[in-house]
Amino acid sequence: MLQVSIYRYNPETDSEPYMQDVQVDTGGKDLMVLDVLELMKTQDATVAFRRSCREGVCGSDGVNMNGKNGLACITPLSATVRNNKLVLRPLPGLPVVRDLVVDMSMFYAQYEKVQPYLQNDTPAPAIERLQSPEERAKLDGLYECILCACCSTGCPSFWWNPERFIGPAGLLQAYRFLADSRDTATRERLARLDDPFSVFRCHGIQNCVNVCPKGLNPTRAIGHIRNMLLTRGT
Amino acid sequence: MVTSVTNLGRSGLFDWVVQRVSALVLLAYFAYIGCVLLGGVDYTGWRELYAQTWMRVFSLGALLSLVLHAWVGIWSVLTDYLTERMMGTTGTVLRLLAQLLCGIVIFVYTVWGIQILWGY
Repeated sequence: MLQVSIYRYNPETDSEPYMQDVQVDTGGKDLMVLDVLELMKTQDATVAFRRSCREGVCGSDGVNMNGKNGLACITPLSATVRNNKLVLRPLPGLPVVRDLVVDMSMFYAQYEKVQPYLQNDTPAPAIERLQSPEERAKLDGLYECILCACCSTGCPSFWWNPERFIGPAGLLQAYRFLADSRDTATRERLARLDDPFSVFRCHGIQNCVNVCPKGLNPTRAIGHIRNMLLTRGT
Repeated sequence: MVTSVTNLGRSGLFDWVVQRVSALVLLAYFAYIGCVLLGGVDYTGWRELYAQTWMRVFSLGALLSLVLHAWVGIWSVLTDYLTERMMGTTGTVLRLLAQLLCGIVIFVYTVWGIQILWGY
């Protein structure tokens, strides 16, 4: 039996959050954490968590497992359980709606700030805007982000200043459009980032790199943004 | 774009560059001082060292670097932990007071340091 300690909070009935200890029979299998959550839900239907694709694509089930953020659907128990104990908490730093469900409004507000869409004021060509293979390759490691928020909610700078620091997920997307050869708004994009908070609250501790379930490197992208700002500003 | 009026420059890039350049100056200065101390120095030698203009200029550069570096660092820490988000309006009042206090301390140390370097 796996010992699971899960964060519970229902604002309609609980005055404050508490940790609930539950025993889950995994049948000796190396299940994914999401499977454990589903088993728990069969025992207690009030346990709330988000999920959708169950294969690491939708980014819905980001949770904190034994102190480390990740996607419950692609994290096997063998990768996180120590001493037969699994502690499940919501992603840190965001307001809890209920149990493991967090309010991601602040995360999305920062994402919106970077204007994550292609901007090009030149006349559209007849068919499409072409890129060379080299130009396209610059987007690798950037476009794959699924916005699960594991990185931003693992970042202390985002915990302290979620309204002002864009956070690793937003900055990865900011660089994704700065690096895109088809985007012509580079100057305006950089001008919006040159304040003490938006980019420069990143102190390079790389929690984001450590937790990204897609293996992306937001710290490197932030470094590229800094270099672009430096090139533009000196 | 987040507006801030209490950081060192008005731009994040400026603060970032200042912090790194000042760190290099401090590294060079203290590495040199460390070498001098390891080489063995007595009162007379120490006084002669600081009597030279280039050493005073170097020391002044290190002092100003320390001042700039300290403000950028302290400002970052204060805007992380003393915030309206964490403490409500109290956070803003405490942050402004702490910034004022740090500003006064830094100013006093700067004047005092210049007096020590050039006043004797």
